[in-house]
Amino acid sequence: MRDTFRGGVHPAEHKELSREQPLRDFLPEGEMVFPLSMHIGKPSKPVVKKGDQVLVGQRLAEADGFVSAHVISSCSGKVKGVEKRLTLMGTMADCVVVDNDRQFTPAADYTVKADVKDLSGDEIISRVQEAGIVGLGGAGFPTHVKLKPKDPAAIRYVIGNGCECEPYLTCNDQLMRTRAEAIVEGMEISLRLFPNAEGVICVERNKPEAIAALKKAASGKAKIAVRELATKYPQGGERSLIRVIAGVDFPLAKLPADVGCIVENVGTLFAIQRAVCYGEPLYSHVLTLTGDAVKNPGNYVVRDGTIFSELLTASGGLKEGVTLKKAMCGGPMMGIAMSSLDVPIQKQNNGLTLLCEDAVEIAEGQMTACLHCGRCTTVCPMGLMPQMMADSITDGDLKRFETKLYGLECIQCGSCTYICPAKRPLMQLFKQTKTQIMARKRAEAGGKK
Amino acid sequence: MQIIITTLVILVIGFIVGYALVLTDKKFHVDTDEREQAIRDALPGNNCGACGQAGCDAMAAAMFKGEAPLNGCPVGGASVAQMIGQIMGVDVEAAVPKAAFVRCSGCREVTRDQGRYVGIMDCRAAVQAGLNVTSCVFGCIGLGSCQKACPHDAIVIQEGLAHILPQKCVGCGLCVKTCPRALIELKPRDRQVAVRCMSHDRGPLVKKVCTAGCIGCGLCEKVCESGAIKVEGNVASVNYELCTQCGKCAEKCPSKVITLPRSA
Repeated sequence: MRDTFRGGVHPAEHKELSREQPLRDFLPEGEMVFPLSMHIGKPSKPVVKKGDQVLVGQRLAEADGFVSAHVISSCSGKVKGVEKRLTLMGTMADCVVVDNDRQFTPAADYTVKADVKDLSGDEIISRVQEAGIVGLGGAGFPTHVKLKPKDPAAIRYVIGNGCECEPYLTCNDQLMRTRAEAIVEGMEISLRLFPNAEGVICVERNKPEAIAALKKAASGKAKIAVRELATKYPQGGERSLIRVIAGVDFPLAKLPADVGCIVENVGTLFAIQRAVCYGEPLYSHVLTLTGDAVKNPGNYVVRDGTIFSELLTASGGLKEGVTLKKAMCGGPMMGIAMSSLDVPIQKQNNGLTLLCEDAVEIAEGQMTACLHCGRCTTVCPMGLMPQMMADSITDGDLKRFETKLYGLECIQCGSCTYICPAKRPLMQLFKQTKTQIMARKRAEAGGKK
Repeated sequence: MQIIITTLVILVIGFIVGYALVLTDKKFHVDTDEREQAIRDALPGNNCGACGQAGCDAMAAAMFKGEAPLNGCPVGGASVAQMIGQIMGVDVEAAVPKAAFVRCSGCREVTRDQGRYVGIMDCRAAVQAGLNVTSCVFGCIGLGSCQKACPHDAIVIQEGLAHILPQKCVGCGLCVKTCPRALIELKPRDRQVAVRCMSHDRGPLVKKVCTAGCIGCGLCEKVCESGAIKVEGNVASVNYELCTQCGKCAEKCPSKVITLPRSA
């Protein structure tokens, strides 16, 4: 059986910084900021107003439309108002600000496990929706939408994604080691929605403890298997995983559900279990604080709305005598560069990587013209030709980029940029061009209507 | 002998092909009005596309058919409009010549740098990366996407802020479409009053990030006698149809974000 996809790269992992650090609960003390848009889709509508008293697990904003998710309070206290605050994307966005009273009084008892054997599929989905769960892998796609494909009987695989192929990040590793049973139960709950599906939890081979724990938890469950996959980036990409498990390629215009697959991050499976069995909404998730600039790297269970800089200070701050050159939300491959640490943690954020050296800055100094070595083509997991794609963009031939070179299929994993000996910023170029083309297409579609 | 045969063969082929060409030309002849060609010659010919047509050829055809206004070439201005008017035998009123201006005064001196951006040197790419190069989220990024888009070298980037050279700007508006923050606007060329800020933040927030930003105090609105300047969404903007260029708003502005008329 194949255990990996074609292409991919092996970036230095640096997981040793934090991999043995157990998950610790982090209770913030300062005010909490909840952006109204922590998911893909329309921003939610606030349901609280200035002066309201809120509790942990209480809804702050309601989903607006189908592809949207509720915003849940992760602390108790008084609402300061709905204000414009700086968010991760570097823009000012509407956020509900709560003055934290540090009591963390829950709105309901989330420790009693209910019997969920007789729950129908619709009830499971509505509980997931009520809990405001979004995909915790990074994109933040509302989970209840994912669990409701057009034809549930056509789903062959529910894939639990525990690859964590991103360098530096280890929080899902720790989650799988310590909460394996809950993850497997979350998978069982998801499987009940799809009569013909089998569950596969995929983990890269560099996490033997997590694999052992999951195998133990899944033993005796007929429909759930644990698969060891090769350690390679981007093994945890949705499309790479489907390539390995179901053996199919499909164009970007289609969804995984169209080829009979549902991919859920292990963190999401854990959240599903908490929401369905305990009625607990999604207000906390795992996050790795790491990087060579951090004094005490570690894995944390953080609450949404915590300010990144508060977590850093509480963990012990930066190492003495180092200057922070690069801050990223997430890991170095897919992460978002941050210009300020005073932004709130969102539902789908799973790492904060702080580095003493800015690799991009160094690379920019060494950038040369394309050598036509073709390494980018060998590593592209989608089988594209990044070098020719970049050429077509430089020539301004976007039609060729789109129709001949299938540039829109790029998943922006950054493998080409990583491997490029000429240090060319390929991925950024593709990302920008893709956005340009998509914007033009949207404008054209809007014009026709 | 051989050379004579060769010459004859070539000559015969030449005659046949030439005659075929003449026949084809007659058969597929399309009548074009010479005035259309004359309009095309009168247009500047840099194919900038600022008129909204695909280029000068398309514009000439559209003008001739009456689908585009005869003064529709923003680059040519009054002189070209007049020439085209003569060709078509009608009086053409010149369109108000326009020039672009940047609605931001946030050079490096007045704003705080927030992050060091490395990557593709293009404002649109930087906006997408989500990194704020300057402290103001509305202001000019200064990586020069507009400069690259300008076919007339009318834009310079100084101290992280785009400046438009009015003597070079032809008002084609290509930069307007390029700016990811929509900071560039066209105004009548002879009008100097301009609010050089686009920040929709409230006053205190603007003060925090930039010392030269519009705080939306509304003093200009109060002092204006012709009602040409209005504060909407915490930022002032000028209605050029009403503006008399008295310059009172610029005198009153506490953050000096309104530029003065030339005469003042």
